[in-house]
Amino acid sequence: MQDRKCIIHAQLLDVMLHRLCHQLIENHRDFEATVLLGLQPRGIYFADRTQRRLEKILGEKVNKGYLDTTFHRDDFRRRDSPLTPNKTDVPFLVEDKNVILLDDVLYTGRSVRAALDAMVTFGRPRKVELMVLIDRKYTRHLPIEPDYVGRAVNTIDSQRVLVEWEEQNEEDGVWITSKATT
Amino acid sequence: MATETTQTLRSPHLLGIKDLSTEEIQLIFSTADQFKDVLNRSIKKVPSLRDVTIANVFFENSTRTRLSFELAEKRLSADVVNFSSSSSSVKKGETLLDTVNNILAMKVDMVVMRHASPGAPHFLAKHIEANVINAGDGTHEHPTQALLDTYSIHQKLGSVTGKKVAIVGDIMHSRVALSNIFALQKLGAEVMVCGPATLLPKYITQLGIQSTLDLREALEWCDVANILRIQLERQQVKYFPSLREYSLYYGVNKQLLDSLNKAITIMHPGPINRGVELNSDVADSEQAIILDQVENGVAVRMAVLYLLASQKNS
Repeated sequence: MQDRKCIIHAQLLDVMLHRLCHQLIENHRDFEATVLLGLQPRGIYFADRTQRRLEKILGEKVNKGYLDTTFHRDDFRRRDSPLTPNKTDVPFLVEDKNVILLDDVLYTGRSVRAALDAMVTFGRPRKVELMVLIDRKYTRHLPIEPDYVGRAVNTIDSQRVLVEWEEQNEEDGVWITSKATT
Repeated sequence: MATETTQTLRSPHLLGIKDLSTEEIQLIFSTADQFKDVLNRSIKKVPSLRDVTIANVFFENSTRTRLSFELAEKRLSADVVNFSSSSSSVKKGETLLDTVNNILAMKVDMVVMRHASPGAPHFLAKHIEANVINAGDGTHEHPTQALLDTYSIHQKLGSVTGKKVAIVGDIMHSRVALSNIFALQKLGAEVMVCGPATLLPKYITQLGIQSTLDLREALEWCDVANILRIQLERQQVKYFPSLREYSLYYGVNKQLLDSLNKAITIMHPGPINRGVELNSDVADSEQAIILDQVENGVAVRMAVLYLLASQKNS
């Protein structure tokens, strides 16, 4: 049986989401030249929620896409289990736009590096920012830091941080588990 | 973060459809979906195979398959070397294994091979380290063609399961026919072959498929007709009196299609002999998905290369 601990429950998650949206509005104002890009597979729920919340607050449409980084990862052929690609759905060009990359958990930073590569397929953005719900501190393999953070947490390598959403038929919340095997 | 799944191909080689499971075919399809998406972008290239070198070894002529493989490899950022037997030491008496070992000594990770002898890629796979992809071995199998054919049916009709597919023409000499029969059966389609008695293998119905000599019967029965080329280069003796007579009995034309009780989809693996097995008024019509097959070919081959390459841990 895995050890599993809730660190952020549904109500707190909602407050955090609200705060992050207001921080985005503070920096981006009306979102005419700003788009959201959720990273597949787990960052898309965070992107969906952020988009809905922003649209509710602003009363206008916010553009959002899903970006899959599988083909741009640096661990292809170097891992035991192969990676399965997910759908990339970016129905706009990012040329000259402010892009906000969204992911649920920031760990080594390698996914974000792959995402930066994958993103340039859709144009040259004016500015790119990174928003994550959970920042696992002191675990980075690359010089990548988030611009907006829900909560920074101290973890060790043998632990796993899991963000769950109602959309996945789970209760909203953030959990820390200890991996059964590493 | 990316998901880790155990979804992969079991074998390090793609030698034939016969060895694939239904789940593996579906995995190739779902991966091909993502690559089709990539091919429709303005930048059609991904860096996945940037540290992989692939040799295209063609001991038999090919335009489409070779181009398609080469494009697929380049769009995955692999390094590509091409080899054709007409301009090589094979002419000087080198054996297959020696030729390929020499290519492998130059640090090649994958070999895509077409050969006139059935089983040549199987032989190779036993003797070398690299991943082997069969791009057609004599009259035996042509797995990527069958994958792109069934993928095209899947795209056009939404599903392959329960569909009726007629394969018309030179079944005897066609590797496309055999691979297609295996792929269609694994995906739950019904298959009927149709052609002159001399070009239908005697025990073909033992594969669990139907067989007819009557083109109209086959076309009335099916949802999709895959029309094959007469492979004159493989025919040592005369199997029918003349191309003209073949065309009269087994050529598909607009008039025949219009007289059917439904609109069927027409496929052809290419190259077409216009006016023999397929008339221009059909080949260029709305019912034909021949060029879609070619387009899907690149995506399907990218998926196969990607899945095979991803197994190997360096």
